[in-house]
Amino acid sequence: MSYLKPALKHPSLPKNALGFTRRDYEGSISTLCAGCGHDSISASIIQSVWELGIEPHRVAKVSGIGCSSKTPDYFLSASHGFNSVHGRMPSVLTGANLANRDLIYLGVSGDGDSASIGIGQFAHLMRRGVNMTYIVENNGVYGLTKGQFSATSDKGSKAKKGAINTDEAIDLVAMALQLGATYVGRSFSGDKQQLVPLIKGALSHQGVALIDCISPCVAFNNHEGSTKSYDYVREHNESVNKLDVILGRSPIAASYAPGEMTEVTQHDGSVLRLRKLHDDYDATDRVAAMNYLARHKAMGEIVTGLLFVDPEAQDLHASLGTVATPLNQLNDASLCPGSSALEKLNAGLR
Amino acid sequence: MPQPLSATNDFVVKFANVNGSGSASANQLFAKSILRMGIPIASRNIFPSNIQGLPTWFEVRVSGEGHLGRRGGVDMMVAMNPQTWDRDVAEIDAGGYLFYDSTKPMPASKFRPDITVIGVPLTELVNAAYKDARQRQLFKNIIYLGALSALLGIDPVVIETLLSEQYKGKEKLAKSNQDAFHMGRNWAATNLPPIGLKLEKSDKVGDRIYIEGNAAAGLGAVYGGATVCAWYPITPSTSLAEGFEKYAKRFRTNKDGTKNYAIVQAEDELASIGIVIGAGWNGARAFTATSGPGISLMQEFVGLSYFAEVPAVIFDVQRAGPSTGMPTRTQQSDVLSAAYASHGDTKHLVLFPEDPRECFEFGAAAFDIADRFQSTVFVLLDLDIGMNDWLCEPFAWDDSKRMDRGKVMTAEMLEAGRDFGRYLDVDGDGVPFRTYPGTHPTKGAYFTRGTSRDRYAKYSELGSVYVDNMERLLRKFETAKNYVPHPVEKKASRTTPYGVLYYGSSSAAMQEALGALEQDGIHLDAMRIRAFPFHDDIQRFVESHDTVFIVEQNRDAQLRTLVMNECGIDPAKLVPVLHFDGTPITARFIRDAIGRKANSVEVVPLRKAVP
Repeated sequence: MSYLKPALKHPSLPKNALGFTRRDYEGSISTLCAGCGHDSISASIIQSVWELGIEPHRVAKVSGIGCSSKTPDYFLSASHGFNSVHGRMPSVLTGANLANRDLIYLGVSGDGDSASIGIGQFAHLMRRGVNMTYIVENNGVYGLTKGQFSATSDKGSKAKKGAINTDEAIDLVAMALQLGATYVGRSFSGDKQQLVPLIKGALSHQGVALIDCISPCVAFNNHEGSTKSYDYVREHNESVNKLDVILGRSPIAASYAPGEMTEVTQHDGSVLRLRKLHDDYDATDRVAAMNYLARHKAMGEIVTGLLFVDPEAQDLHASLGTVATPLNQLNDASLCPGSSALEKLNAGLR
Repeated sequence: MPQPLSATNDFVVKFANVNGSGSASANQLFAKSILRMGIPIASRNIFPSNIQGLPTWFEVRVSGEGHLGRRGGVDMMVAMNPQTWDRDVAEIDAGGYLFYDSTKPMPASKFRPDITVIGVPLTELVNAAYKDARQRQLFKNIIYLGALSALLGIDPVVIETLLSEQYKGKEKLAKSNQDAFHMGRNWAATNLPPIGLKLEKSDKVGDRIYIEGNAAAGLGAVYGGATVCAWYPITPSTSLAEGFEKYAKRFRTNKDGTKNYAIVQAEDELASIGIVIGAGWNGARAFTATSGPGISLMQEFVGLSYFAEVPAVIFDVQRAGPSTGMPTRTQQSDVLSAAYASHGDTKHLVLFPEDPRECFEFGAAAFDIADRFQSTVFVLLDLDIGMNDWLCEPFAWDDSKRMDRGKVMTAEMLEAGRDFGRYLDVDGDGVPFRTYPGTHPTKGAYFTRGTSRDRYAKYSELGSVYVDNMERLLRKFETAKNYVPHPVEKKASRTTPYGVLYYGSSSAAMQEALGALEQDGIHLDAMRIRAFPFHDDIQRFVESHDTVFIVEQNRDAQLRTLVMNECGIDPAKLVPVLHFDGTPITARFIRDAIGRKANSVEVVPLRKAVP
């Protein structure tokens, strides 16, 4: 059972640009297991939206089914949320986005929801470039049904009961890059320093943004032999860059050697300031990113960071040429051609 | 040999063609020219699941009386397809006419002694006049149209006008078509004796229009304020989404080129309905168009729409199925899978238009109904209405009409302190208020999920909370009974123990059969069902008759099941009349079936047989 938290707030809580405290972005109390990676992601989402100074009701949260998909109840309770059906968050969110292009869309899904039952919708959403942030809370296992392998489980990874996964893993980051996603990141629920800026950049991005966030399942996939455990991910995590998201121009505080830092300005004016951790990584080159990821995956690394961004991204509304006014706000006069048009039409059908 | 058939403005001509040979255009001209002469017609395509090469038929029923159902039988066969020659010749009524290309001699065994054979050397004529192969193929069709015009008495001026309209701005094309037409017409006038089938100018068409149901429904969606269309191509519904696109492009494009609508061709039917439900949840009017297999795939989402109370409109153009082949034939076989779609206890709003005029009307009204009841509305067309051009009343629109967006709580209402419970029955009609996402900074947000929530949308797995919600949903369904289109009743000329229920595309054939049955001495009160949930009048109608026939185009008497189930009717009282071979139901079929059954009911009255 979830329930509301007490409304009592400490008077000296810090406020964002709009005067909201972090508490204004929280949700019901989580019903997930203690230590679940998903709860850390929820906390990072709250932190990101608070820091960006987005009015909480301007976000629409959509999810599918599974542990991950339950989490939208646990953040942003002033936002409308939709817990839809298994694997179908992408289509529901696409429809919602078509209806009102002015809201900020956050889709939360899991590895079962997106890489198994929902892989078709995942793929086609990426292709269409729906303006949204798509977070996959990836733990490599089915939690609510108690420990079956999911499609992102690595080949050779061991289940809690000892079975070895013999199927090749689906890499959602590689798929998203191939299918045209315009903002692609991978992170780890245990690394809030990395995750919060990634989410902020994604929410500011005017196209489809995927964050594949490895999020260990403490109940069913956090043991020796699992490649999605806290220990394993910490040991193999290779971050290619460090991201800061800057709203409006602000001077660069630290000085960097040439080539160490790149800046990417997105459509909404936000600036993605990327400090390179690996010399040969360029996050604005899709093909190079795909090659790098494939090479380093073969070396057993889990490459994280902002892996690709196209600052010139366009979204589905641009492809369709829809009017700037949200479709759900158009009135009778804009929608109904009326009787005189019908008379002319009738005349042509005789 | 029997006397050759003789009839004026009352006969059936069937064209047997090869798919992709360009015959459709000539056949349409044939149909439209008769309409322009003021004579009602009913036309139907019988086509294969194929783009080129397989047999296809076009049937035109000329009916001065205005009967628009399929009559059954063929008075003249225009046999242009050697592949189907034998069955086409066999199908002609005794005394009827066979029109064929006589260029190549045929053995006597290929004909019948009881029909009149009309040979026109089409290939010879066309080869002599044209060099290009494609031209030869296309103009052959226009030449047979010319010959038919001479035989049947079609006014050549009407055809010339139609060709000018069709090739407006391409005068050269119009002229070459007109020449081909006259070539055929002159040949027939010179070489053929007159026949017994005749067309005479009339005034029975009035201001009626001629259009297919799919286009009409797409137009209805434009008038109904739909802004989001998500669909996946499937016969026979494809032209519905394309119709919406065509009319939306015409009527909803702004001066700067931006569009007041969005159309997504989705990856499958699951995504189509998901997009519709997402858009509906967010306050846009959204629909999808599909057919039976699509309905099967959408089941889970339709249930979500019922429980989460999200408006959605699904146009289902019914067909036989599954797989390939029969899907290009018509049926009314999705009644139950629409009415009771999905898992859990669900029931859905279903509309049954009878013709393109009602496809337009219901196509627009469905969006008001969906918003009002925050649920899926099915509009059940079928291939016969959807893909054939029908003569119907002109479309009409009341400009004072405004969209009924249902119970939507606005920022002002929330600000004024209105209590908002997403699933709270404030008016006792079972219909709660909803808010659109993003309405108010601090009030009115809620989390949408399936069933596990209380009146204020808070998560709950309590049995009592679930039951409370399920009972409210029933109240809502009850409220809908009076809001959806009411049934239309037509009384017999005298008091009768017999009633008949029918719906959708069976309507035209049923109207005709009622008159014929009356001549046979069988009087029936008739009621056309236009929507589910059933209005109380339907129950009263059944209760006030001893025997009620239910005419349907499916094998399992699906509407009968629904009536039995929802109205608690004794099954013995409801006699099914079922037509399900994939062709549209005919008045002859209904007349025979009801005639036979009524007579057998006379022998053992039900009241006595059932204690």
